[in-house]
Amino acid sequence: MNAPGIQSALHPATGSGAALISELTAALFVGGAVLFLLVMGLLVRAVFSQEKRVDARRWVLWGGVVLPVAVLTVLLLYALAVGGALADVNSRGPLRFVLDCISSGARALAAPFGTERPVRIEVTGKQWWWEVRYWGPGTGVTGVPLANELRLPAGQPVELLLESADVIHSFWVPALAGKVDMIPGRVNRLVLRASAPGVHRGQCAEYCGGQHALMALYVVVVPEPEFRAWLQQQARPATAPADPFLALGRDSFMRGECAECHTIRGTSARGARGPDLTHVGSRLSLAAGVLGNHEGTMAGWIAGAQDLKHGNHMPSTREFTGVELRALSAWLSSLE
Amino acid sequence: MAASIAAVGCGAVDPPRVPGGNAERGRATIERLECGACHVIPGVRGVRSHVGPPLDHFRQRAYLAGRFANTPEVLVRWLVDPPRMKPDTAMPAVGLTETEARDIAAYLYGLE
Repeated sequence: MNAPGIQSALHPATGSGAALISELTAALFVGGAVLFLLVMGLLVRAVFSQEKRVDARRWVLWGGVVLPVAVLTVLLLYALAVGGALADVNSRGPLRFVLDCISSGARALAAPFGTERPVRIEVTGKQWWWEVRYWGPGTGVTGVPLANELRLPAGQPVELLLESADVIHSFWVPALAGKVDMIPGRVNRLVLRASAPGVHRGQCAEYCGGQHALMALYVVVVPEPEFRAWLQQQARPATAPADPFLALGRDSFMRGECAECHTIRGTSARGARGPDLTHVGSRLSLAAGVLGNHEGTMAGWIAGAQDLKHGNHMPSTREFTGVELRALSAWLSSLE
Repeated sequence: MAASIAAVGCGAVDPPRVPGGNAERGRATIERLECGACHVIPGVRGVRSHVGPPLDHFRQRAYLAGRFANTPEVLVRWLVDPPRMKPDTAMPAVGLTETEARDIAAYLYGLE
């Protein structure tokens, strides 16, 4: 069960792009309300005023030119500042961005995209899950392939490269940032940042087929040292189980059809169609946010994938005995 | 005793009592652990599938797992560790405490 506000743009994470958007929204709402009241006041005055004539020239000059120019100038600068900060939340604050724009013109707008991030994450939308690949120090030439969950270091901006392998999806974690489409043949960028540890939920925000509603992911923000340890752990291959019951689970996986679609690094399983399961036990959810993650839900998903998420590429497996199913679930859950 | 005799007299089935079990807490535990990943359970929000038997009309079921008498003590023991009672079952032990198992049993026996 999810905590309230875990997937809400109205509860933005502190220090995130969503917090800036939320402030902008509040400013627009309050400003709009003030203008509305002002116009209504003028209307009332026009109806009930005893004055025969007004100085139209003066009204047009102040109310029609000076006021809008002043308001729109402030609003434009503010929106530009928020836009700039969204593209590059960390290194420059909104005010600095405006000053940069004034002093160097268009170059400042292009600058955010020139900087290399220490950690980059490739997220590929697929029907109906998220393939994730981490690039950074110690992740090697292939990156670290993961699925359906992101971990971010608190206080550090992380660059996401958003792609799609099939149809158009949209990456949206409301508490962290606005939505960005994932378009086949294109790479869209998004900088995510949150200053405090926490768990946020995201959802595909562009209809992408029958199970679009069951395409979610979790974003876990952890302190930086913990993040580094986690990434190192995720980069490692799976270790062979010592326990005979877990070994039975591994053998069932390798003997069955699982390995045709799934990779478990450190074993002979090399399938590329489904999510990498090397550390599946460490994730918060199964099947892209459909289920929590423990031995019971694992067993249910393996045997009932079509029942739980109809039309996805994983069959409801019928090839395991009860004991094998339990062993398989226990082994996969142990892969942390 | 008198109440149960009266109930039998009317042809109704008296719900088995689970000492210490709280049905409302049981429902919350079922939702948290997502027992619906394998079972259809009336009144519980969230996922549901048909991997294991549906648990509707649970109070009327005479047998558990096709072989054990459906009584509160047996059910609680089953929920805590199914493979211990039936080694070839597909249902794993999901780490329920005895209290949690009692709560869940109380909820299931509420399903007429």
